[in-house]
Amino acid sequence: MPLRIANAAGFLGDNLDAPRLTVERAEVDYLTLEYLAELTMSILARQREKNPRLGYAEDFLTVLVSLVPALTRQPRLRIVTNAGGVNPLACAHAAGAVLVSSGLSSRRIGVVTGDDLLPRLFELRDAGCRFVHLDTGEPLADLAQPIVCANAYLGARPIADALAAGAELVITGRVADASLAVGPAADHFDWTWDDWNTVAGASVAGHLIECGAQVSGGLHHDWQALNLADVGYPIAELERDGSCVITKPADSGGAVNRRTVAEQLVYEIGDPAHYLTPDVDVDFTTIELAETGDNRVAVRGATGRPPPDQYKVSLAYHDGYMASGQLLIYGNDCVSKAHACGEMIRRRLARTGLEFAGWHVECLGAGQAVPGLHAAPDGVREVMLRVTARDSRREPLERFTKEFAPLITSGPPGIAGYATGRPQVRPVFAYWPTLVPREVIDTQVEVRTAREWMAEKESP
Amino acid sequence: MKLSDLAHARSGDKGNHANIGVVANDAAAFEQLQRHLTADRVGEFFRGLGVSRVERFELPRIGALNFILYNALAGGASQSLRIDTQGKLLGTAILDLELPDA
Repeated sequence: MPLRIANAAGFLGDNLDAPRLTVERAEVDYLTLEYLAELTMSILARQREKNPRLGYAEDFLTVLVSLVPALTRQPRLRIVTNAGGVNPLACAHAAGAVLVSSGLSSRRIGVVTGDDLLPRLFELRDAGCRFVHLDTGEPLADLAQPIVCANAYLGARPIADALAAGAELVITGRVADASLAVGPAADHFDWTWDDWNTVAGASVAGHLIECGAQVSGGLHHDWQALNLADVGYPIAELERDGSCVITKPADSGGAVNRRTVAEQLVYEIGDPAHYLTPDVDVDFTTIELAETGDNRVAVRGATGRPPPDQYKVSLAYHDGYMASGQLLIYGNDCVSKAHACGEMIRRRLARTGLEFAGWHVECLGAGQAVPGLHAAPDGVREVMLRVTARDSRREPLERFTKEFAPLITSGPPGIAGYATGRPQVRPVFAYWPTLVPREVIDTQVEVRTAREWMAEKESP
Repeated sequence: MKLSDLAHARSGDKGNHANIGVVANDAAAFEQLQRHLTADRVGEFFRGLGVSRVERFELPRIGALNFILYNALAGGASQSLRIDTQGKLLGTAILDLELPDA
């Protein structure tokens, strides 16, 4: 019997109904929910700075409430998620409270920690970790700006350990996306971790489903015929040998075919001969795809080698502020008018002594969304003017956000689109791609009942 | 002919770099891509992005090519001032690329 793993969240902000619909429409052993990206980690870290009980994917709590009927109906359904973000313990406390209030207080929640290096950066630096920037070669000590978050990408082992210890819901922080599927498979089939081809196969399955509907019709070239409004989220049916079939729930929209799977296989990869995870170095060039039925694609032949001896680190630092505003510019001279409006905003700010480290004007609709590809089409009657500014200081950007509305009365005729109010200033996070030796990472797995996690939240 | 006659594509970000996976419609189309869809041609097509270098990888069993466009995103997800901070449009854009017929 294959192990059926569905993934029904591909990022923080994905459709909130997808997890519930997936388990209503299909019988699966595992539901995984993937929420983290580099930018997401920074945003969650900012939330934790403001409130030490936050910093996880709060959407997950909404999803968990929606899953209560399914969890009650299918007591063997298990969930693995990286919703813990930069605060997996707080996520477990909140998830425990949700389960207790839903009558599931004895369900066991496993929490994986140890990825968060922020409290350990000085200690690790003193121990000789230089956290060299992978592109520039600079050591982290040369960075002047404050660090927002630093998390090692953990692998599948702690997830498998939590499941082996009886966890029915596993909450992690920064774990490699593909590992969310590898952990359950390794536990279920009792794989040894150096069975590289098998672990590689499961990693490919994890890679294919990690972005949710992107493998089952979302983003697909032939989207028109696919009923994406009701798109089904993917299921990987994993075999003991690491091969899998990618499919989706019956009675759902979207499609799983050779073309949708091939597109997702090459999504956000580098060298296909070395897809690196903390678990394995996967060679995608040996993979073969075959359609074996209606919305069923078999994925076989992945090969693997030992993974690198260092973990990748998601490290971000504060790098100033940014804001972006838009106005709709109408008329047969709309392109030149839009550029003139952008220049008026710039000159009015310069008049008050404000200049910006970064300034970018786009006329969307005039061929500028991908710079340099297309000239403005003839006869264009309207464009969206988008002006974006960036600076190390917040105050000039706050003033920048106030220079769009005045154009409604003091600029050219034919401007609309100010009803949504002033743009928001947001912090900019920059990335410091780096590595950390495996041996300094201290991974912890704690498994307790929902009741126990909730009680810990209430204790001072 | 246009690339859209031979293939479909998907793009995304890797920090400040973009990747574009191009999947051929069939084996004959893949041979055409191998011959004509060179890293140089893709780099020339996207020169307006400020790409510093393009690297091409092959997945012959899938009939796909993967392109890495280095420094294509003017800063990437958090830092880019462009509307397409993550290179999501590039997979659609590349299908307009003109290729020799033979």
